[in-house]
Amino acid sequence: MSRETRAMQDDDTANPGMLWVLEGESLWNKKTGDAGRACAECHGDARASMKGVAARHPAFDAARGRPVTLEQRVNLCRVDRQKAPPLAYESKELLALTAYLARQSRGVPIDVAIDQRTQPFLDAGRATFYRRQGQLNLACNQCHDDNWGRRLAGNVVPQAHPTGYPLYRLEWQSLGSLQRRLRGCLTGIRAEPYEYGAAELVDLELFLMWRARGMPFEAPAVRP
Amino acid sequence: MASALINVPPRAKRGEIIEIKTLISHPMETGYRRTQLGGAIPRDIIRTFVCTYNGTEIFRAELHPAIAANPFIAFSTVATESGTLAFQWTGDRGFSETESVAITVD
Repeated sequence: MSRETRAMQDDDTANPGMLWVLEGESLWNKKTGDAGRACAECHGDARASMKGVAARHPAFDAARGRPVTLEQRVNLCRVDRQKAPPLAYESKELLALTAYLARQSRGVPIDVAIDQRTQPFLDAGRATFYRRQGQLNLACNQCHDDNWGRRLAGNVVPQAHPTGYPLYRLEWQSLGSLQRRLRGCLTGIRAEPYEYGAAELVDLELFLMWRARGMPFEAPAVRP
Repeated sequence: MASALINVPPRAKRGEIIEIKTLISHPMETGYRRTQLGGAIPRDIIRTFVCTYNGTEIFRAELHPAIAANPFIAFSTVATESGTLAFQWTGDRGFSETESVAITVD
């Protein structure tokens, strides 16, 4: 990440991700669904109640018996509490809401809870990270552990720490979730990408967040 | 979609140079891309951006298809008097967006 991109990320008036954050703030306060309730009516001021929440996801959901991502958590709340239809992955509304939530965790160290319940999913995510796949027969670690800092088609290979999702990627000219990034990587190694919300992607997300534990959360980040 | 983010210092000294930063949400579709079926995607870009300071035009920009989505425009001016800075973006498909910000000069 260049100094210019970093400056763009740190300046709220230049960070395009803030457009989604502002939209998310209005969605947070808007009544929706058959229950006619807004997020703010239960959760109150997100600045206080949602601080650190994004840095703890994917988190275990007892009803589903598995970890859920921030996007899934928003949709669970919509369906169960607001009686509203779930938002599509990568839709403007879902990105806006998750960006708004993630913004409240800026600077909070990443800390996903690993206990007896989440351990099997963490192990599954780790297995995916180290599994060779696709026509190029590459595992995630072959680029992101063994060759980070070197260049791939002009881009610096990062260490794959998902500290700033959902983030604004200049290449996308838009905000996108971690799963969009993971699917892009899978396509890059010519593997069939998992569907949005697939168990494999959630487990991988959990493993990556655990791997980045302690790093400060910086959403909405800007990346080249 | 929250449409525009504008950053203007709320107070300034007379004669001071102030920086104005604007960011607007817009897809800036170039008109050169095609769908998977080969149909052309019509151009949809912002054509002009104008900033007026108490009714006087102080900055104007023409935008072109090569400019990325969500254009960020920053420029500077001299704070001369208290009043409002009005911003207008106009573009294809009848796109028009106006915003205004108050500034106090002492």
